[in-house]
Amino acid sequence: MAADGLDDYIASAAKALSLPIEDSWRGAVRANLEVSLRMGKLVDEFPTPDEAEPASVFSA
Amino acid sequence: MTAPAPPSASEIAKAVSSGRLSALEATEAALARIERHDPVLNAFTDVTAGRARAKAREVDAAIEAGKSVGPLAGVPFAVKNLFDVKGISTRAGSKINRDRPPARRDATLIERLEAAGAVLVGALNMGEYAYDFTGENVHDGPSRNPHDPTRMTGGSSGGSGSAVGGALVPIALGSDTNGSIRVPASFCGIFGLKPTYGRLSRARSFPFVFSLDHLGPFARSVRDLALAYDAMQGPDAEDAACTARAVEPTAPLLAENIGALRIALAGGWFRKNLFPEAVQAVARVAKALGVTRVVEIPEAERARAAAYVITTTEGASLHLDRLRKRPNDFDPAVRDRLIAGAMVPAALVDRAHKFRRWYRAQLLEIFKSVDLLIAPATPCVAPKLGQVNFVLDGVEMPVRANIGIHTQPISFIGLPVVAVPVPLEPMPIGVQLIAPPWREDIALRVAYALERMGAVAAPSARGLSRGL
Repeated sequence: MAADGLDDYIASAAKALSLPIEDSWRGAVRANLEVSLRMGKLVDEFPTPDEAEPASVFSA
Repeated sequence: MTAPAPPSASEIAKAVSSGRLSALEATEAALARIERHDPVLNAFTDVTAGRARAKAREVDAAIEAGKSVGPLAGVPFAVKNLFDVKGISTRAGSKINRDRPPARRDATLIERLEAAGAVLVGALNMGEYAYDFTGENVHDGPSRNPHDPTRMTGGSSGGSGSAVGGALVPIALGSDTNGSIRVPASFCGIFGLKPTYGRLSRARSFPFVFSLDHLGPFARSVRDLALAYDAMQGPDAEDAACTARAVEPTAPLLAENIGALRIALAGGWFRKNLFPEAVQAVARVAKALGVTRVVEIPEAERARAAAYVITTTEGASLHLDRLRKRPNDFDPAVRDRLIAGAMVPAALVDRAHKFRRWYRAQLLEIFKSVDLLIAPATPCVAPKLGQVNFVLDGVEMPVRANIGIHTQPISFIGLPVVAVPVPLEPMPIGVQLIAPPWREDIALRVAYALERMGAVAAPSARGLSRGL
């Protein structure tokens, strides 16, 4: 198990979502999740006020 | 050896309308080109020859009866295989979707093009479920670049880029969530229009990311692009995101003077991570337009990241059941990305949508003093098929994930873009002309001016050894 707990997280999330992950895919899933979380961190670090509205109904 | 390209869509429509050419002759010519060149290009997954001949005969009969046939009379076109085509299962580049029943009705945009007299000749190869920038497909094989079949077309609308770049058809339709029209347009040396988010109906097309999906046309000239776009505009209650705005025709405006437009180069993120060809292409367009002003786009890198988060999570949600039931029937690369997407915490997705609103406000502010922004479409010319890595600004990076780094921050907030081809040797490369929301006309007018100056053009297919 990796020290950062990501493998544990993947195993737990896969179980919670009923997603099958074969051992041979696990490394690729982890690599992809690392990229997604790195991108997510950039988003997370950006301060938005409590009143900021999401663009879930978006108009350009 | 190359040969002159066949007639443009506008030339075909004029010839057919005036009786100099029949729609059936135009259709047969396209079918013959497909038969000759598609074994190399692998652009088509379905050729709808019977349907096309029947439609062409209809157009010819209407002309004979003195009826109006529309601005695209007899123009052959093809669509990415995520558009519903009546009678065909909408595969969206996947193996799994081939089990779906045949579509019972055409997508709205096909209906609108055919109402304008155009003739559908087939469906086109694409990256699986549109989660792709390469045009490679593990089930159908890669679509191939018409200027060098050993290279990628770009994706995910790879067959669309290949079919128009190879002049098999003058017009094709594709989709663009993060760059899937602009990337193949760049790699295949053709024009592509990603309209404003919500402008063109997505009804009866297979989705990828509802928040970011756009549909749009490819063509070999700006006039053809505008003709196709104009014919497809208009509200459609069957797409919840589709605008209620009336049709705003652009073709009549193309030749309007652009002298008063305030044009600038996008700075910062858009000046980095570029191969020399991309720098050269942007410089050529800027020089032709006499543009030296550079405008910084704030937080573009973060915009790309937010688009990535929304894409991977919404894509995962769309495919969750298929990931559970048929994981081995996916392209493994797509499957593993989607599984990871399902595991991204929801709070990050919400923050990405909030950031999207903030970023949109910044760009709208910029557009108070700028009418058009110029940016690279891709960091490089088409990579070799199967190429895994490239070196950008001294750092080795995966090709697949980084082809769209300059397109993602733009589609993220739905801005309209025309990708224009700069015909460098040996491979062309595209440049983005980015306009404010709902001002496709501005991007098309500037593209038209550049085309008339000779700064941009769709080159003849250099990779097809036999004549067209």
